Amino acid sequence: MNKTVNQRAWWFVLPVVLLVAFNAVIPLMTVVNYSVQESFGSNMFFWSGVRWFEEVLRSERFHASLLRQLAFTAAILAIEVPLGLAIALAMPRRGPWVSVCLVLMALPLLIPWNVVGAMWNIMALPTIGLLSETLHALGFDYNYTREPGAAWFTVILMDVWHWTSLVVLLCYAGLVSIPDAYYQAAKIDGARPWAVFRYIQLPKLRYVLTIAILLRFMDSFMIYTEVVVLTGGGPGTATTFLSIDLVKTALGQFDLGPAAAMSLVYFLIILLMSWLFYTLMMRNQSR
Amino acid sequence: MAQIQLRELRHSYVDQPAADSDWALKRLTIDWADGGAYALLGPSGCGKTTLLNVISGLLRPTGGQILFDGRDVTDASPEQRNIAQVFQFPVIYDTMTVYDNLAFPLRNRGVDAREVDRRVREVAEMLELDDMLRHRAAGLTADGKQKISLGRGLARSDVNVIMFDEPLTVIDPHLKWVLRSKLKELHQRIRVTMIYVTHDQTEALTFADQVVVMNDGEIVQTGTPVELFERPNHTFVGHFIGSPGMNVLPCEIAGGRATFAGLPVDSVNAGAYRGDGGRLELGVRPEFVSFAPAGADDGIPVRIVKALDAGRHRIVETEHADHKIKLLVPEGEAIPGDTAHVRLAPERTWVYRDGWLVTGKGAAR
Repeated sequence: MNKTVNQRAWWFVLPVVLLVAFNAVIPLMTVVNYSVQESFGSNMFFWSGVRWFEEVLRSERFHASLLRQLAFTAAILAIEVPLGLAIALAMPRRGPWVSVCLVLMALPLLIPWNVVGAMWNIMALPTIGLLSETLHALGFDYNYTREPGAAWFTVILMDVWHWTSLVVLLCYAGLVSIPDAYYQAAKIDGARPWAVFRYIQLPKLRYVLTIAILLRFMDSFMIYTEVVVLTGGGPGTATTFLSIDLVKTALGQFDLGPAAAMSLVYFLIILLMSWLFYTLMMRNQSR
Repeated sequence: MAQIQLRELRHSYVDQPAADSDWALKRLTIDWADGGAYALLGPSGCGKTTLLNVISGLLRPTGGQILFDGRDVTDASPEQRNIAQVFQFPVIYDTMTVYDNLAFPLRNRGVDAREVDRRVREVAEMLELDDMLRHRAAGLTADGKQKISLGRGLARSDVNVIMFDEPLTVIDPHLKWVLRSKLKELHQRIRVTMIYVTHDQTEALTFADQVVVMNDGEIVQTGTPVELFERPNHTFVGHFIGSPGMNVLPCEIAGGRATFAGLPVDSVNAGAYRGDGGRLELGVRPEFVSFAPAGADDGIPVRIVKALDAGRHRIVETEHADHKIKLLVPEGEAIPGDTAHVRLAPERTWVYRDGWLVTGKGAAR
């Protein structure tokens, strides 16, 4: 069989290659470049090998932010996934309330991230904030600019408010797509609500939940704007997560080498953990 | 097992049904004997699935009663009615093994483990699933999955009725026949009342002892396959069952005798017509129409339009005064040239009034 070979077709790919090169490959390579050099002002660079990587991996400051980051992400996932699933299960499947619920759920997702931070900043203000006033009225000594615990509480509450909707919408879409026949069969088989959830809804939501967990994992692992606006990483370094630490190193101290090494390590951690999540959650399916 | 009776059953999906077309089911009254194999046959949208869901309790009827063995179950849940239903698409519990799928309805009802095991193995043996009990149900082929959904019904020994809602839709053609005969064999073995919904006449006629033909929310005829074929109660049954369908020709009746386009035609029931108006039609199946021998001039003169080879016979389409008459000519018999006369078998030619068979008692329904 004769195949037409036309190498000029590669030109069609060029725009995409250029786009990807400019917005991903070239910046990434610049970072790689920085991570193996020592820089001084006015464009003087010296080869430094893996020194920055060693430094970052040994740095206690990095360990501390990584630990905070892991704790934050774990807390977020532990709250948002079950909560989102529960809300999705409680939402009506048909009728006029469906659109009301969907709009309400979508609202937090439409607000710019820095506005979310600002909103919660105002809410939590010790003197006039609705949140702090309520907590004070309930007898709690709440001051997020002073107490690390209170800061964590506020940051987590903010993220739950902002992002649970995403889990809800994904789960809801998954639930709605389950054919009625499954529920009818369950009724005929005499299944209790818990069994319906365990053997029909949960298995059918598996892919949707995997996506939801992956998205929430990656996003929360890279959280920056909302926290910076709300707490600025404080009090002290209590809410300084990886990306905040990174920005402090790169732009605050202008340590380009260590910052570049740190962002590469950061990137690899996210990649590795996403891959792990994905394989673990998909493994059962193929058995 | 149970006898199922429907009394004046009607259902509408509209809140305030007013027009006739608002009703998905229009006053059905029918008795289904214990242990029978019934097929519910009709075109898509005629109310078959609605009727099935009303019987299984998934849908509450707008009016009327459903009785199982004389007991009113209209308000009972599907679980209380103790019925089984096989859906169009296989419904299985993906994460469970085949064994757990079959055991599920029993375990939900608190049957003890030893009894569960005995029933599951018995059902698996009947359905030839025994060598895959430990497999995950999700890994089976479509026909295997349909067997599981059927098995979940069979596992309950006291099930009142098993209902099938076009269960072979997603099954490969060569396996349809296998499953169909398996089903027939199962019915003969366990004698549970079975109701089989389909729009495929072959499926209905091979599965059932009694076929219930529905059209537009009404039961048009109930009968054995032979009855439906030889004495259709409504021109719809004549059209819907048989391939090609029944010939329907306009006619007039005078003095107990039918005439079609001015030509006298003998029929079984023209004498039963009481002259009370209505649209009159003659119905005769292509199987009961034949060509008169060359030279004979009795019957209806026709022009031959076309002939279609259908294997064992040919379908010949003829025409008289713009009315089409189809007939079957067996393999090997000659078809006359351009024109000929056709004869309608008098003992299989029926008169219909407004679509319904004319009987001594008035309308056939």
